[in-house]
Amino acid sequence: MRARLAGLALPGFTGLLLLFLFAPIAVMIAFSFNDPAGRQNITWQGFTLRNYVDVWGRSEITDAMTTSLGVAVISTIFATAFGTMIGLALTRYDFRGRWIMNLLIFIPMTAPEIILGASLLTLWVSFGVERGFLTILAAHIMFNISFVVVTVRARLAGMNRSLEEAGMDLYADGRTTFWKVTFPLIFPGVLSAALLAFALSIDDYVITVFSAGSVETFPLWVYGASRLGIPPEVNVLGTLIFLVAFAFIGVQLWAQRRQGKAAPITLVGR
Amino acid sequence: MPSLRRGLTPLLLLLPGGGWLVVFFAVPMAFMLLISLQQGTFDTGYQQTWNFGIYPEVIAEYWELYLRSALFAVITTIVTLAVGYPVAYTIAFRGGRLKNALLLVVVLPFFVSFVIRTLNWRMILSDNGMVFGFLKDIGLLQADFHFLATPASVIFGLTYNFLPFMILPLYVALEKIDRRLIEAATDLYATRAQAFWRVTFVLSLPGVVAGSLLTFIPTVGDFITAEVIGAGNPQVFMVGNIIQRKFLDSLDYPAAAALSFVLVAVVMALVAVYTRLVGNERLAG
Repeated sequence: MRARLAGLALPGFTGLLLLFLFAPIAVMIAFSFNDPAGRQNITWQGFTLRNYVDVWGRSEITDAMTTSLGVAVISTIFATAFGTMIGLALTRYDFRGRWIMNLLIFIPMTAPEIILGASLLTLWVSFGVERGFLTILAAHIMFNISFVVVTVRARLAGMNRSLEEAGMDLYADGRTTFWKVTFPLIFPGVLSAALLAFALSIDDYVITVFSAGSVETFPLWVYGASRLGIPPEVNVLGTLIFLVAFAFIGVQLWAQRRQGKAAPITLVGR
Repeated sequence: MPSLRRGLTPLLLLLPGGGWLVVFFAVPMAFMLLISLQQGTFDTGYQQTWNFGIYPEVIAEYWELYLRSALFAVITTIVTLAVGYPVAYTIAFRGGRLKNALLLVVVLPFFVSFVIRTLNWRMILSDNGMVFGFLKDIGLLQADFHFLATPASVIFGLTYNFLPFMILPLYVALEKIDRRLIEAATDLYATRAQAFWRVTFVLSLPGVVAGSLLTFIPTVGDFITAEVIGAGNPQVFMVGNIIQRKFLDSLDYPAAAALSFVLVAVVMALVAVYTRLVGNERLAG
């Protein structure tokens, strides 16, 4: 009997922790349907779907969302390209000064975010650069490169070189071998690196706030709008983001099950 | 000239990304150092006076904030380890076919913006909110009880926000362990507790170290949690709150830059002590 109880302790604890992790999400979803009397959305007043309609009419919200999506898409494209190239150089070539490159990748990933943000601000201030969309973009590309390098490198490290050699043996030149053999093989790694970069970019507050000036990304708008209570629109958009993530993860699990093998988990929230 | 081309290829591959990191990471660090050694005011302009005295000055004025930040981060790391380890263990050893699904369920809440999650915790934990308001209504708590803006509430918020940073590396380390080693220990008459502490736990140490660093480093520099769940109470401010305020509100760039570098030094020192304590040789496996 005691052993039975002990056997249930771990799964029970895990279940409780999962409930705890979802507590603010559950509240967020519930309050996205709240019909608050004033701006302070803190007590339950009544059910409404109006928030889901109204949200699209508020230009400061849609503007912030557009900025966030723009920054995320463009920074993902650049960071994924740059990071994949660095990953290839580090795994495929021998060159002097490799340690410098490793440091340049390692330190931004391990430094507290506030340090990266603050030091960028000193750069903008020193050169009198006006802060806005482009400075946010520069910052996001910077912090995303390292994460892409690490993800792509992991994929390259586990790759079988003989397939590329076979390509070369069959008279493919370097370029053809890369695009016909290497790239398709590392593509899953590149894709998960891009998804990670996108997720990190769209959620970033700390680094962005130092480079934003008067431009607002979605997290910046949320923070500014929630000084007193949380406007229902914030919870509406949070709920929609959650549903997208949920659908995405559901599809990934379904695809894994169909393949019949477990692909490694590559997405890490930040 | 194939040899020259081969020599140039890695350079061309490294140039765009490496250049970006130099211009937008390394160069700004240098500028932050220069700015920390300037004097003046925002309105009259700052002059480069190589004022190294700023460093002892900010340390003397703000040492308590560094101490508090380090303390909050250490406690948060210990709590996330204590809570995260059983969960990572359960998923790795008992998860079966559901392993990946369970892991994704763990990270799923974290796809919702950090800011939104923290704001909702503030609402849940507010003085008359759904938890404490209820406990007050049924008479379990005194009417003047409050949790927000206390050190415990900030540590609570930090723990929630950084749990996946602990659970994922722990899971990766536990999942890799060869089960036969644990069986071998029990075959050799080790009790289950002995087998766990001498075999499983020791083999999971790389995950413990990685998880601790991934939790500690972002925690020590965090300022959102102290701002939102700490409700802006200066008594629970961490050093990040002061850095952010000085950079963005009072525009006192030299002091803010100096505070940032001291934070870097504190992080590096604590990480060095920690890795020394755990012992690098034990992590070789």
